[in-house]
Amino acid sequence: MLLVLGIAGGLTLVFGGFLDMSPNRLASGIALTAFSLSPTACAAIAAPLAAFILLAFVSNEKARSIATLLAAALLLYACLATAGLLAKHLASPDKPALRLSLGSAFWIPLACALFAFLDAMQRLQFGLVARVGFFALLCLPFAFMAYVGFFDALSLAKEFENHQAVFVQALVDHVLLVVLSLAIALLVAIPIIFAVRQKSGLQNLVYASLGVIQAVPSIALFGLLIAPLSALVLHVPALAQFGIGGTGRTPAIIALVLYALLPLVRNGVTGLDAVSPDVRDAAKGLGFTAGERALKVDLPLALPALLSGMRVVTVQAIGLAAVAALIGAGGLGTFVFQGIGQYALNLVLVGAIPIILLALGTDLGFQLLLSVARGQA
Amino acid sequence: MEAEAQSPGARAAHWPFFLLLTVFLAAVFLMPSTAPLFHWLFPDLLRPVYTRASFFELTVAHCELVFASTAVAAFIGIGTALYVTRQSGKEFLPLVSALAAIGQTFPPVAVLALAIPLLGYGAAPTLVALVLYSTLPILEATIAGLYAVPGSARDAALGLGFSPAGLLWRIELPLAAPFIFAGLRNATIINIGTATIGSSVGALSLGSPILEGLSASNPAYVIEGAIVVSLLAVVVDRAFETLEQALN
Repeated sequence: MLLVLGIAGGLTLVFGGFLDMSPNRLASGIALTAFSLSPTACAAIAAPLAAFILLAFVSNEKARSIATLLAAALLLYACLATAGLLAKHLASPDKPALRLSLGSAFWIPLACALFAFLDAMQRLQFGLVARVGFFALLCLPFAFMAYVGFFDALSLAKEFENHQAVFVQALVDHVLLVVLSLAIALLVAIPIIFAVRQKSGLQNLVYASLGVIQAVPSIALFGLLIAPLSALVLHVPALAQFGIGGTGRTPAIIALVLYALLPLVRNGVTGLDAVSPDVRDAAKGLGFTAGERALKVDLPLALPALLSGMRVVTVQAIGLAAVAALIGAGGLGTFVFQGIGQYALNLVLVGAIPIILLALGTDLGFQLLLSVARGQA
Repeated sequence: MEAEAQSPGARAAHWPFFLLLTVFLAAVFLMPSTAPLFHWLFPDLLRPVYTRASFFELTVAHCELVFASTAVAAFIGIGTALYVTRQSGKEFLPLVSALAAIGQTFPPVAVLALAIPLLGYGAAPTLVALVLYSTLPILEATIAGLYAVPGSARDAALGLGFSPAGLLWRIELPLAAPFIFAGLRNATIINIGTATIGSSVGALSLGSPILEGLSASNPAYVIEGAIVVSLLAVVVDRAFETLEQALN
């Protein structure tokens, strides 16, 4: 395992470009290997990779895993430090248009470090909290380095700086889009869940029709909503005062809600079905009213299932909201598609990396919530 | 569910599939003759029907992307799952299952975007992104399926003198098949959707009219592309469903 990571990382370090240098934002650059830039820096990255290879032959699993965590942390920061320092070294004030992008010899060893972390933590059987804590600890120095401007010479940082004001707005828009549609979806899903449980004949119909929507590609669903909504707003101009429009947020939110319904309804129904009738009878015997039973018995017991439905839906919505940038709904996807259109790949990353982090963070958050809910249930 | 499969109603459940298929084919081939309809809906548009490529060509290009990527993903996904569940690959199992779970939280658009710096524009990054992303559900489903094989079935086969290869081919894979099939279905549907967005990086697909329509403010193009690709996705999904029922 470690052998493979060490060798893969080593090969890209030797043959891959660490930094791509181009005279301006749009021209294609030349790849510079780490060794040609600075042999010392190259050695700093190579050392932890070599440690991986050596560690592969240590037989004590616990000792090896702990050592792997250390070596991977070294590798991570060797890559980051080298990237920042070399970029600073290459950049000069008289060539402000010069762009320095990170190449495969940066990304692949970085990925090797992350894989090694994952593997070692799995072997050490870290719990969820320990994992989150470890990664938070690991990111702290990076956050500090970014804050003091250590990476400023890299064009990824430049691109970010150029779009900083818009970035915050895009991030807020993105989160709002997801949160709003999730809230609406929950409000719509709850009556459907109860209806389906009342009349079992409804279940197949509801699942089948919501299932069809799941198969429709996101951009197609957005597109299909535009024309009817535009026509609606044209005929009922009052709607426009509430911010409802044919393009933009309205079709995006409607589509996100439609996609969210099936997982929410299905998990809600499964969760409620799993509540045993004995428990309900006992609650009835204790004199709980129907409303109390729903709130104090059904909801807590069905919560884990509902939460795992929300986890799927939210993570999915974060990705779908990125596509919604194509219909003018704003959000982080704007940078991705702008970057694609302008062939500005670092701008693509300014959008794509936060989207991925948002999805990963949300997933982790829901996992934590789920473990709490399961502990209480 | 099982009781239903026997009833005559189940056979009638197939008709929506053939109906859908007919509607889909009609949409693909009759799109050029819908010009009067779209002209009536959007009188301001000079070109009410997308003509840069025929919808048949677009559908073929779309299906090629999806089929090629899903086939490669199935090969890699099932192969990797088999390897990590054997004695020799056990070492990689924790990492591979963790990666499969984490990787699926990556939005498909982000994977597509990350493939551009490596591969440039066109069909290549789309194909690679589709393969990368759809490998994960297949991989995860196959591992789950192989784990769901009861130990007793395995022991019985070994007791009967099955070789490891015989055990795999005749016991484990057939028992895991429903899981693998569900993974394939999931992967194919995701790929149909992501291939649509692939036209934003220059791949020819049914997303091309949608994206061109959005950037050129031609709502007719958007609707035409969206209808055909939605029908394609729904038809393929139904086909998987019908096959799944036939297999069970």
